[in-house]
Amino acid sequence: MVTYNLIGAGLIVIGAGIGLGQIGGKAMEGIARQPEATGKIQTAMIIIAALLEGLAFGALFLGK
Amino acid sequence: MKIAQKTIKFLLIAAITFFSTVGFASESDKKHDDQNDGGRVNTKEEVEAYILHHIKDSHDFSFWSYTSDEGERKHVGFPLPVIIWSSEGLVTFMSSEFHHNDDGHVIVEKNGLKFAKIHSKIYELEKGATTVSFDETHHATNAHKLLDFSITKSVVGILLIGFLLLFWFSRLAKQYKTKQVPTGFARVLEPLVLYVRDEIARPNIGEKHYRRFTGYLLTVFFFIWVLNLSGLTPLGFNVTGQLAVTGCLAIFTLVIYTVSGNKDYWMHMIWMPGVPVLIRPVLAIIELAGALIIKPFSLLVRLFANISAGHIVVMSLIAIMFTLKESLGVVGATGLSLVLSFFITLIEVLVAFLQAYIFTMLSALFIGMAVADHSEAH
Amino acid sequence: METLLNDFSPGLFVVSTILLLALIALMVKFAWKPILNSLEERESGIENALAAAENARKEMQNLQADNAKLVKEARAERDAMMKDARDVRDNMIAEAKEDAKEVTTKLIENAQASIQQEKQAALAEIKKNVAELSIGIAESVIKKELSNKNDQLELVEGLLKDVTLN
Repeated sequence: MVTYNLIGAGLIVIGAGIGLGQIGGKAMEGIARQPEATGKIQTAMIIIAALLEGLAFGALFLGK
Repeated sequence: MKIAQKTIKFLLIAAITFFSTVGFASESDKKHDDQNDGGRVNTKEEVEAYILHHIKDSHDFSFWSYTSDEGERKHVGFPLPVIIWSSEGLVTFMSSEFHHNDDGHVIVEKNGLKFAKIHSKIYELEKGATTVSFDETHHATNAHKLLDFSITKSVVGILLIGFLLLFWFSRLAKQYKTKQVPTGFARVLEPLVLYVRDEIARPNIGEKHYRRFTGYLLTVFFFIWVLNLSGLTPLGFNVTGQLAVTGCLAIFTLVIYTVSGNKDYWMHMIWMPGVPVLIRPVLAIIELAGALIIKPFSLLVRLFANISAGHIVVMSLIAIMFTLKESLGVVGATGLSLVLSFFITLIEVLVAFLQAYIFTMLSALFIGMAVADHSEAH
Repeated sequence: METLLNDFSPGLFVVSTILLLALIALMVKFAWKPILNSLEERESGIENALAAAENARKEMQNLQADNAKLVKEARAERDAMMKDARDVRDNMIAEAKEDAKEVTTKLIENAQASIQQEKQAALAEIKKNVAELSIGIAESVIKKELSNKNDQLELVEGLLKDVTLN
């Protein structure tokens, strides 16, 4: 039972990691393309990252 | 002159704190070997138990504990009042009566009722029982949980930070009566207030409505931020890592954006215009679940998980000192633990701000969605 | 989920709800309202001050423009006045010159006329004097000459000769 939960947790972390990487990478690309929009991109990035993080944490704790 | 006065005041406060702490240090008790309240931390299991104990709320305010030469556990800290709603009504006593026991071995008798503390929770024993008996999974079989309104460590933290915030910001408010630009510490607070107002409330809620909600957002922001930071001090508050507190904050946000939601908001939630009629009920269920469950749940879990995880990581890294003592030697383990925990603590300082910012930001966003005028969209 | 629910303390929830509600109410009343009001007041004050400064600047510019215009006008007026004065002076000088010329020519004419007159008078006098003198001389000559006959005859003859020649 514990092992399954751990596998689930691992899967969640992988998924969240990929998602966060995507968000961060795209945000960096966006900033590189339009450095003057850095503030807006960062805010949006943080919000989306926070939503994703909430989802990941939720799943982690639901599975725990 | 002013500086000298301040120094004297500071020294006085420090002295009072120190002596009162030392005064309470006389408490001691024989330690049970199976007790997991964070006495000895040498093995991996003890470290884990200690950390999990710390993450939880506590009924007494302890700074540190040690074992004296006579083999007695000494605890340095304050006992806090326990206020519980038992089957016989309200019962109050000081937490020192549990003698820092946390596994149900010490039974406190009040009003003919017996109470035991197991893993930072107070249980009432069933009638006739004299000791707590456990099943295999370490659940008490002859005791049940109570509504516990105790002044726990978290409550002390809330009170302390609440008074601190009130003191700081009412002083800032008073300064405006006499001058245009505040001086001293208030000068640090002013840009923070402006930041929350101009970067969080105004852009997310909109120029028309933001004034109504700025007070709430400011309170929440500073409350979470200062509590997060105080959690990183040796006081070791984990208030924003308590589900009850973050849940309370999340429910406030939920109530605010549900109550202040305008017609458009409810229209879009319950009977989404512009989609086929058959899909509308499905969408309504999804939207309602999102607004009433997922949004507050993500708010409460994020804050709780981030702060708890931060505490766990910092403490685990500090525990490297003990756990890797054999393989790295005392100096190596201590050095590694020091370096790692130092940098993680720095990151935690950032996280402390970030989580306060995100909570406030998302609250503002949700409120903004509820009060926005949809007339120009769709 | 189970551990989560186990960790959740309803008592703490109730206590923190009460405390937080109180905190929000107190903060709003004693801190945020006055702070935000003062901040807004200050911001509107700054805006007003900026607007006032801008207005003052514009007014100043207008004033400066007016001043420049006034100076220009004054200069033009002065120039005009000076030009007029110069004209008047020139006219006066010219007129004076003219007058003087006229006067002098008249004077000269008068003088010439009187000189002529004097000259005529003098000439006439001289003529008269010469005539009288010559008549006297002739009288005395004739008185002496006509004392003998021959001479008289001779004279007549000579006179006759002249007449024929004329």
